[in-house]
Amino acid sequence: MARQGILVAPYQRLELEQVERIHQASLDILLDPGVICFNPNAAEIFGDYGAEVLPIEQGSTACWLLKIPEKIISSAVQAAPKIVKLGARDENNCLILDGHEPRVRFASGSEANNWLDVDAETFVSKRDPAIEVKFPVFRIEKGTVDKLARAARLCEHLDSWDSFLRPVNIQDNDITNDNKDVNKFFASLNNTTKHVMSGLTELSQMNNVVRMAQIIAGGEDRLKENPLISFITCVVKSPLQLVDDTTQTAVEVAKRGIPLVISSSPQGGSTAPIREDGMVAQINAEILAGVALTQLVNKGTPVLYGSVPGRARMTDLYDSYGVPEFNQYNIDCVQMARYYNLPCYSTGGVSDVKTPGIQASVERLFSHILVALAGPQYIHYAFGLLERTNTFCPVQAVLDDTHIDMVKRFVKQPSVSAAGISESLEQIRRVMGTSHKLYTRFVRSALRSGEITPPYPFEGKDMVDETLVLARERMEEILSFPPPHIAREVVDNVFREVPGLLARLRN
Amino acid sequence: MTEDILALIKENVVQGRVTQDDEGLEEGMIGQPGTTELTERAIALGIDVKDIINKGLTAGMDIVGQKYETKEYYIPDMLAAAEAVGAAMELLEPHLAKNNIESKGKVIVTTVKGDLHDIGKNIVAILLRGAGYAVKDLGNDITPEVIVAALREEKPQFLGMSALLTSTMPHMGDTIQAIAESGLRDTVKIIVGGAAVSKEFAQSIGADGYGADGFDAVRVVESLSTSKGY
Repeated sequence: MARQGILVAPYQRLELEQVERIHQASLDILLDPGVICFNPNAAEIFGDYGAEVLPIEQGSTACWLLKIPEKIISSAVQAAPKIVKLGARDENNCLILDGHEPRVRFASGSEANNWLDVDAETFVSKRDPAIEVKFPVFRIEKGTVDKLARAARLCEHLDSWDSFLRPVNIQDNDITNDNKDVNKFFASLNNTTKHVMSGLTELSQMNNVVRMAQIIAGGEDRLKENPLISFITCVVKSPLQLVDDTTQTAVEVAKRGIPLVISSSPQGGSTAPIREDGMVAQINAEILAGVALTQLVNKGTPVLYGSVPGRARMTDLYDSYGVPEFNQYNIDCVQMARYYNLPCYSTGGVSDVKTPGIQASVERLFSHILVALAGPQYIHYAFGLLERTNTFCPVQAVLDDTHIDMVKRFVKQPSVSAAGISESLEQIRRVMGTSHKLYTRFVRSALRSGEITPPYPFEGKDMVDETLVLARERMEEILSFPPPHIAREVVDNVFREVPGLLARLRN
Repeated sequence: MTEDILALIKENVVQGRVTQDDEGLEEGMIGQPGTTELTERAIALGIDVKDIINKGLTAGMDIVGQKYETKEYYIPDMLAAAEAVGAAMELLEPHLAKNNIESKGKVIVTTVKGDLHDIGKNIVAILLRGAGYAVKDLGNDITPEVIVAALREEKPQFLGMSALLTSTMPHMGDTIQAIAESGLRDTVKIIVGGAAVSKEFAQSIGADGYGADGFDAVRVVESLSTSKGY
């Protein structure tokens, strides 16, 4: 039994004719101007399958201009699986992402350097010292392995959080580029039974990470059946450049047949056109180039269409996630992925502001709702991210879980059936026969089945906003639960076979 | 047998079932006798009315109250249980005097002149019945004259008036004035409530109490009651 997500009747921002026009524009882009490739293997592979490969110079770096013909793209789109399984330690938590089906799941994301703690402090009124109010204060710390593990434990118990995409960059003193990957995957896998997704810091660590996953899954074959990890590679640096190291990572992941997100994150107004059609045509071309590479390396590689289009903030050219254009771009990309029936890894739920509060709630809810309505199979960045994607706040993640639950309830498809109508008519007739004319009696079973949205759990009393204080209490409660650690003998095997793991992560 | 029926009455109050047609909170209860059928059976078997009230209905409501306090139950559960108790009390009412059981008192509830919004008043009526009060519901949009006439005829210990609209609130004061002019003011405690009403307003028009919500209204009635009823 997989996590079901929520099936939506997708909002279609683009008409089919517009989708086809953008598709054609993307094909045109891949031929002219084409894609600059900094990875020699990829250039050779594309060349072998009929792309025009022209050596060019970018400063002192060797690179190639690829002119990728339509047949490569259409063959790749045809070859790429339309259904991708993301496994999990607990198979009830696996995700079956079907490109034909607009069934939405929510995941975390980014690899934020900052971890934002929320403390509750008591403040005394200067005007009336008898008045004391508990108020949140914020404390920034750098991300660590321990904090990553805490985030995974939150993920385990927050029901809207379908998949754990590492939200925290681990920056402990004993973490180096060479041991970062194994430790971040282990800290994640050892603290949640949900699917774990991450990028790789060092390609040389891929085999160690895969071996770890095989041991935890129960062997090489079991990992193929239940791929409890997947990788993300940002193969493209926008505009239209295949980066050397991440492209090589994509090649290596594809060879191993592990699920892979081909992610592109152009910024409208700086690294992509600000115009909606131009932005979407470019990002679509970038993603299609990456998808094509995976299928040329290993036909049938499970791949997600990873669209992370942003819009530049015109005051500083940072990303701006809170603007309406962000949602327009993302919804369009979901439609493009659906045009190819490829499962879509989309983006939503980030806010530009540094701390939780009104701006954060408005901005993140805006995209939580709108992008979900478009029906992508997987929305990343959905939990806890602030200050664009530089800060992860666990209390914000607790709030996001509640808000996403509300979003899921809203976007689910309506149920109008003969049996339902009949039941409603019976209720109406019975209530009209009473003196009180109240339907409350008939609410009770729905209340208990979870059909009805519960009261907002972080509502304060009287005139004090207690949202963050109450969410923090909920976070502390969750973190007091026993972690869902991997069995000791399996951990022993992992530590025996996988080098670089920190001894302090052992249960 | 007696204990079995009383236990079933208590359980059906907890489940919020008025009749056999009602679902409970557990599966498979539809078709099983509800609070009213069981109360009728208890009366027919000659079970002491005090026991029906105390060991059946009140014991059930006590459990419901505890479940509400611990957030296991929600307001719809409280209302369903109160409705079940209220329906049973109507069946028991003719037997109270015969068994020398003093009533907790009678309450007239109404919305005031010009106000058709009766949800709050209806909830209060259910909860008061569930708490063991006899409730006379005059309905909606009731003029001071009709209310005064009802007080004279029904002789209740309490009058509850509800208003949702700021435009109809003044009629609460008009009604209290009319009651005073009729000479009945000292015979009845007057409680007001409704979305537009506040404690300060209640005091300003000379009401005896203000109910912030349905549960508060029952608490206020209980606090103003001099009855030593069951």
